[in-house]
Amino acid sequence: MKTQLQIIEELNEIFTEVIDEGEVSLTPETTANDVDGWDSLNHIQIIYAVEKKYGFKFTLPEIQNLKNIGDLVNLIIEKSR
Amino acid sequence: MNFNSLKKNLKKEFSPKHQLKMAILGDTATQFLSTAIVGYAVEEAIKLDVYEAPYNQIALQFKNPMSDLHGFKPNYILIFEAETKLKDDFYKTPTEEKNSFAKQKIETVKEYSSIAKQLGATILYFNFCEVNDGVYGNYAAQYPESFIYQCRELNFELSKLASETTGFYLVDLLSQQNKYGINFIKDNQLLIQADMYFTLDFLPLIAKNVIDIIKVRLGDLKKCLILDLDNTTWGGIIGDDGINNIQIGGLGIGKAFTKLQYWAKELKNRGIILCVASKNTESIALEPFQQHQEMVLKEDDISVFMANWDNKVTNIQKIQEILNIGFDSMVFLDDNPFEREMVKQNLPLVTVPDLPENPAEYLDYVNSLNLFEAANVTQLDNKRTVQYKEEANRVKAKTYFDNEDAFLQSLAMTCKVEAISPFSLPRIAQLSLRSNQFNLRTIRFDEESLSNYSNNPNHKVISFSLKDKYGDYGLIAALFLEKRAEELFIENWIMSCRVLKRGMEKFTLNYLVEFAKSLGCSKIGGQYLATPKNALVKEHYKDLGFLANQADDSYWSLDIANYQPFEVQIQTTI
Repeated sequence: MKTQLQIIEELNEIFTEVIDEGEVSLTPETTANDVDGWDSLNHIQIIYAVEKKYGFKFTLPEIQNLKNIGDLVNLIIEKSR
Repeated sequence: MNFNSLKKNLKKEFSPKHQLKMAILGDTATQFLSTAIVGYAVEEAIKLDVYEAPYNQIALQFKNPMSDLHGFKPNYILIFEAETKLKDDFYKTPTEEKNSFAKQKIETVKEYSSIAKQLGATILYFNFCEVNDGVYGNYAAQYPESFIYQCRELNFELSKLASETTGFYLVDLLSQQNKYGINFIKDNQLLIQADMYFTLDFLPLIAKNVIDIIKVRLGDLKKCLILDLDNTTWGGIIGDDGINNIQIGGLGIGKAFTKLQYWAKELKNRGIILCVASKNTESIALEPFQQHQEMVLKEDDISVFMANWDNKVTNIQKIQEILNIGFDSMVFLDDNPFEREMVKQNLPLVTVPDLPENPAEYLDYVNSLNLFEAANVTQLDNKRTVQYKEEANRVKAKTYFDNEDAFLQSLAMTCKVEAISPFSLPRIAQLSLRSNQFNLRTIRFDEESLSNYSNNPNHKVISFSLKDKYGDYGLIAALFLEKRAEELFIENWIMSCRVLKRGMEKFTLNYLVEFAKSLGCSKIGGQYLATPKNALVKEHYKDLGFLANQADDSYWSLDIANYQPFEVQIQTTI
């Protein structure tokens, strides 16, 4: 079972790769407003990359309910069970 | 190639070989599609300047002459209409009109096409994925008022339209659906979330299709397929197993190789030159081609047969010398990874697919690479094998003569010179798309742009067709001329490399001088514009006695008052 911290590390890599504007450093409280380049198009790519990485698909309602990185991490942990 | 790396290409600095303007119009959001296409173009050193129309404005952009589309003056207009939107339109259509839905839609597409023509742009139009909407079940396939029936009719009408219309090309999305399935292509979640149609995984594949079409129109196309023999063209090793035991047709896994041979034969009929490069004793390697009943490919199908114990690199170089085509227009198929690697390292321009280990997968794999994209096909194409065989005979004959002139004389060459005609137009257009090396200014004409060009009274387009005692070369050279007062300017001079070293350039100039005089011109001007491929003609004008312009030495000029015609071994015929 991965810890919150491990998953955030992995998300940092995904965000950095997709946004491609330098190192991204996330915390559970981070929202889209806090990260330069985290726009709606990059968001789509990020969700794609997360799905690929962890081997599951999010449903539309799941994505809609995400408010910050903490929510995303918890959802990943929940769906990995 | 994944989507993110295509996206990163957008930030890349590169020196473009070509620069083009493309308008992208869609009835879904096209940002990702546009990113993928521009990014894929970078892979091919093409710089695409894109105008992306606001979402769902296709008709508006076309019909309003003040629209951004009209102002942008694109070379290409890419139109992607999604099957899902088509379905929405279909559902809104009154019941009594549903069975003519496809016909009405095609009329709209025709309108787009004629407006694009006025803009001087080429249309790239996606055909439609075919998805049964489940309203009539299987019965929909035979019920004209169902969506799937109309969608299929529309796809077929689009193919017909494209076959009859110059400057209109289909991006064959439907064939991709047949290969990968709708679930790989379409992203239902994205459709709801962002009104985007394609999955990120599929975007690089469709971007490749789009760029493949453009590449061919830029003259970048494959002309030749070189086959290894043992375990590529047939199963087993002819030298060890003998003619009765190689696997082809009914024997063993022979069917896998038969499939590949049928495909190669279709390519040959289309005008792709087939050659063989094999480590074998020639007489043994030839035996199956001559005697094996189940061989699809026969000796006559192969233009250059290289079976010996030299390495493949040497043999491919020899094939290149005989055919006189670029290495980048060659595809080499070989089952042996070592041989492939050697060719890749020494002849990096040759395309060398990494064949799967399993022969049953050969053909599908090679097909998935879409190596033999075509912009048009003329009757001339299927004569090409014969022509290259004739060339191989000429090369042999040449060794019997000590002096070049005696050899040329022995060829008994005759050349037909003609002004452009409806008959020659597609052939000239094809030559202009295909020739890279002997091409002074690399101006490409498709049929439509050539027709426009030649309709200008100041423009003259002249073609040259050559024959000799070994055979008919067909149309092998063309001049694109513009009368500029006293000067007759050569906008472009192109020639097939198959007729190099026969005095054809001199013959052409002799004719051109007479022609210029008949127009009342006193000099002939020309220009050499260097490309990575046309170094062959760098000294062309100098060799023919032109003088370089002092201000700009890419320009050349010939005073024709004192011109002494070159001696040539070519007779003019009518």
